[in-house]
Amino acid sequence: MALTKSALLSAYRKMTEIRAFEDRLHEENATGDIPGFIHLYSGQEAIAVGVCENLNDTDYIGSTHRGHGHCIAKGCDLNGMMAEIFGKNDGLCHGKGGSMHIADLSVGMLGANAIVGGAPSLAIGAALSAKTLGNGGVAASFTGDGGSNQGTVFEAMNMAVVLELPIVFVIENNGFGEATGRDYAVGAPSIAGRAASFGMPSTTVDGTDFFEVYDATYEAVERARRGGGPSTIEATAHRWHGHFEGDAQLYRTADQVAELRKNQDPLMKFRAKVIGRKVTAKELDAIDAEARERVDVAVAKARAAEYPPQESLLSDVYVSY
Amino acid sequence: MTMSKTTYREAIKAALAQEMQRDATVVQIGEDLRGGQAGTNPELESGKVEAFGGVLGVTKGLWTEFGSDRVIDTPITESAIIGMAAGAALTGLRPVAELMFMDFFGVCYDALYNQAAKFRYMFGGKARTPLVVRGMIGAGFSAAAQHSQSPYNVFAAVPGLKVVAPSNAYDAKGLLIQSIRDDDPVVFCEHKTLYDVKGEVPDDPYTIPFGVANYTREGTDVTIIALSAMVNAANTAADKLAAEGVSVEVVDPRTVSPLDEEGILESVDSTGRVVIVDESAARCGFGHDVAALIATRAFGSLKAPIELVTPPHTPVPFSPVLEQAWLPDAARIEAAVRKVVSA
Repeated sequence: MALTKSALLSAYRKMTEIRAFEDRLHEENATGDIPGFIHLYSGQEAIAVGVCENLNDTDYIGSTHRGHGHCIAKGCDLNGMMAEIFGKNDGLCHGKGGSMHIADLSVGMLGANAIVGGAPSLAIGAALSAKTLGNGGVAASFTGDGGSNQGTVFEAMNMAVVLELPIVFVIENNGFGEATGRDYAVGAPSIAGRAASFGMPSTTVDGTDFFEVYDATYEAVERARRGGGPSTIEATAHRWHGHFEGDAQLYRTADQVAELRKNQDPLMKFRAKVIGRKVTAKELDAIDAEARERVDVAVAKARAAEYPPQESLLSDVYVSY
Repeated sequence: MTMSKTTYREAIKAALAQEMQRDATVVQIGEDLRGGQAGTNPELESGKVEAFGGVLGVTKGLWTEFGSDRVIDTPITESAIIGMAAGAALTGLRPVAELMFMDFFGVCYDALYNQAAKFRYMFGGKARTPLVVRGMIGAGFSAAAQHSQSPYNVFAAVPGLKVVAPSNAYDAKGLLIQSIRDDDPVVFCEHKTLYDVKGEVPDDPYTIPFGVANYTREGTDVTIIALSAMVNAANTAADKLAAEGVSVEVVDPRTVSPLDEEGILESVDSTGRVVIVDESAARCGFGHDVAALIATRAFGSLKAPIELVTPPHTPVPFSPVLEQAWLPDAARIEAAVRKVVSA
């Protein structure tokens, strides 16, 4: 799929915003000012962006505990996200959700999800809504290689095939579920092959290559929009940080991580493919600088923001009770 | 308003049908709501045959009226049914998901407990989840340990869920219509021994608000608080005791969450003697919740210790002899009333 210059710049902007956001959170977390747990997405940027660049605001995604990248790719506001992660009232969920529950239904983001394997069954619900309402919408769900072993994922895949739902199941195979390697935890030789056995088109792509992810998703989304039912895309990539911030990562060596960062960087791969064709290094460098500035602003605003008022403790459990 | 003598089953079906007629976003999702998909009976091809219409016939006729896009037969896959319904509720539909037997919540609880119930709070008030989960509860059919439980106490412990357990046809229709129109997730518990019980039910749609108890008997000596099928047992006991000069008030809260605390306390304040009948559990049940409410808010009104009538702390047994011994009945309720009266 030949992308226009503005589409390439838009994709790069989102990928580099994710990187800047996550790298900065790694530093901010070390100050001790971020409550709870955060799980960083660096190294997987091309998956979230390659998928979401094929979606509209009226399409929905379901996400994971490692959801910041999905949120940014789907259009969530950086300031609202950062404030949420700091537990502040200006956050997208007014400080009641945190990193693992960032949601913005107005841009089709059904929520990060702290239950591993939680997204697919919810996302088939969004696909059912689109099909029933006949609005041409599609849904995508993100699940890790660890989450791919959950029974709910299998049930959602079978249901989607049976009901011919417009959904793309994206499996982000980053090699580890928490501290356990994919080769130990996934009994089948291929997660994509397991999905195919449910009776849907399924493919494996290099998840560090934006263009591979984009093209596979383009095909799957087009099929879903014209009533062709579900697809699965297994995208392989690498988790640059630990499972959670603070993870000592005793399951791999620092040299191995350094090697990944050097040779499996989705942003560098993107730059290598586009510079000298439609865009210049200078243009991309400027976008990098803008992304860092936007994250600086988001952190400054989040730090200055107020915590939620005490009375909000009891609000919004129900619409009415 | 025109009334008809209607069974609890027909009242539930009428609520579903009338809401589907009124609102095109209401869909039914579940196993064998029609039944017969990919069956070998050639007559299925004609599109006229509903092989099941729900295992106990509650949804019979809905598929014929509304078709496969709105009465959605699914595989046996509760986790995906409730998860899909929760996701659909977030994104523009008003799904009514049927769990068949509420006992099956064990294989799909995450979608209800960690997802649907928490969306609104976790997302800072930005989500609405107009989801209804229907299912059968209750012992009495020798359906044994995995098809006879009444876990409304488990659902009611979860902030974000509303829990309804109607005791008669009139309440079933009005509360189900309210459940479908409600913007929060509702667990709607249908007692399987009540399906054939008839009552006077308005033909037109109507709603009954949540959190408003119904006094099925008025009295001055003792208050019985009972829910779902236990209301009938309580009424039977009350009528027998009335003949002996013991005046019993029966309070049916109708919804476990929200709970009509004031409606219960008002009756307790007037009688001072309390029997609570609960099929859910011998420990940490609905009855214990109500007992705690009364002990903390109406202790000064009590003239006798509160009596609880519950099953024993065992799974529901299969053999009819054991099941009858397990299930609270009018005789045990009567004995409990005599005890609080003589205390």
